[in-house]
Amino acid sequence: MSTIDLSARRTPPLGGFNATILGLELRRMLRNRRTVIFTLIMPVALFLIIGLNSKYVHESAGRGNVSAYVMISLAVYGAVLATTSGGAMVSLERALGWSRQLRLTPLSSTAYIALRMAVALALGLASILVVYAVGIATGKASMPLWVWITTAAIGWVGSLVFAAFGLFMGYLLPSENVMQILGPVMAGLAALGGLWFPLQDGSTIQQVAQFTPMYGLAELARVPLTGGTVEIGWVVNILAWLVIFAVGAAWRFRKDTARV
Amino acid sequence: MQQTQLMAAPADAATSSISLRGVSKAFGPVRAVRDLDLEIRQGEVVAFLGPNGAGKTSTIDMILGLSQPSTGQVRVLGMAPHEAIRRGLVAAVMQTGGLLKDLTVAETVAYTASLYPTTAPVADVLRRAGIAEIGDRLVGKCSGGEQQRLRFAMALLPDPALLLLDEPTTGMDVEGRRAFWTAIRSDAARGRTVLFATHYLEEADAYADRIVLVSKGRVVADGSAAEVKKLASGRTVRATIPNPDEQALKAIPLVDAVEIRGDSVLLHSRDTDEVARHLLTRTDARDLEITSRGLEDAFLALTRDEPVATTGALA
Repeated sequence: MSTIDLSARRTPPLGGFNATILGLELRRMLRNRRTVIFTLIMPVALFLIIGLNSKYVHESAGRGNVSAYVMISLAVYGAVLATTSGGAMVSLERALGWSRQLRLTPLSSTAYIALRMAVALALGLASILVVYAVGIATGKASMPLWVWITTAAIGWVGSLVFAAFGLFMGYLLPSENVMQILGPVMAGLAALGGLWFPLQDGSTIQQVAQFTPMYGLAELARVPLTGGTVEIGWVVNILAWLVIFAVGAAWRFRKDTARV
Repeated sequence: MQQTQLMAAPADAATSSISLRGVSKAFGPVRAVRDLDLEIRQGEVVAFLGPNGAGKTSTIDMILGLSQPSTGQVRVLGMAPHEAIRRGLVAAVMQTGGLLKDLTVAETVAYTASLYPTTAPVADVLRRAGIAEIGDRLVGKCSGGEQQRLRFAMALLPDPALLLLDEPTTGMDVEGRRAFWTAIRSDAARGRTVLFATHYLEEADAYADRIVLVSKGRVVADGSAAEVKKLASGRTVRATIPNPDEQALKAIPLVDAVEIRGDSVLLHSRDTDEVARHLLTRTDARDLEITSRGLEDAFLALTRDEPVATTGALA
């Protein structure tokens, strides 16, 4: 009886992370009608309805107009919804037994998390770019070029916080439709973050809202347009929530791998 | 309960495909696996049998590195399970789940293949698994049989040295089952080890080199099908007796166990001739049949809650 040569076997580079799985994962996201509607179509539709209102087009806001202000807010909203969806896909994959299947392959858990984050950020970027592209095409949002670029960059990088949030929720909630639960939560957080309508400075609601997870990101993403000073509280808000969600995700991830 | 070691397995961990030494697994107060020892050589085809809750799944999870033993040591091909997995040396086919519904069949195979440094070409694997023509179909739209063939294609991609199968032939017709086992046997001849769990005892009987029977977290029998069957010694007399009296039947000399199903009575004994003579001469029993005991009887006798008299022959 022969035996198989064990010494000839190697482990894959980068823990198994590769371009093929990244491409296939992106294709999967775009096949999901719900994801496409909520992260790519809805922010654009809301911008077309709200942002192009002639009152907003003619009202100035810092270095541009209110249309630009609305556009940034909706792009950030689309991005955080996209990254949350991307992270929360682990929930579906656990429910389907796919994460268990992957643990029987050389793909390391670090590479798996990196893959989820990369897919989430790619979708977040797509969400921002689609809204900005429509903003350019319609020609109503007005602000200097460098503000277009900086606001998009801040919104995108900041949406990483919600990739961690999605991952945390994905490990916490055993469901195939975790986004149905998270959808209303996200809408509520967006309201508190001032993404739907500006919060009155010093109002009671603003006092509370400044501690919620979208507040810091919304303020920071719009500051190149509004031209105010960057408040340290915004940055603390973003970093604190990033740590909370990342620690939560790591905690649930460990529980998950110990049990499955 | 006695543990039976019919096979004196060589305890060389470097060449063993699977080596479990003193392995226990507890979930809170529940002890799913108790001090289990098992050595499986490369190229063996082993049936892993046991009633539900015997600890089969817990044991397989530890072999796959999906869970850690509470105590004891698990080695796969001389390494820690996750090391063997990282090298593509171990694959498993589960009965359900483990697939993404929103990828196509070909995409799923390409996805899995990309995780290994080297695999057979995806097109070849699809063709050999008989799923080349449905490569563009979404997995969620595939039948159960097609999904099972896809799982096999994925498992065979890295040419694993150890393959674990959970109820591999469920849903296959007789011909498909025979072709499947022919393929498994020829891979085993090349050195691949196969450990499979099944409910079809005749399949374990026909295709396994070795049967490992677990009950309550322990190995209760380990050997060839013939050896395991011998453990449940004796034969069974089946007779029709109107209104059978269980106590009277149990009192018949040499009767080990009595089962009553309506007017039908099953008597287990090491000397069924004597029992038959007794039934025909002293009772109004009729329609007697005497059968030797198969793997199923051995299975029942060895995994029964309380050791029956026949297990006295085990130790």
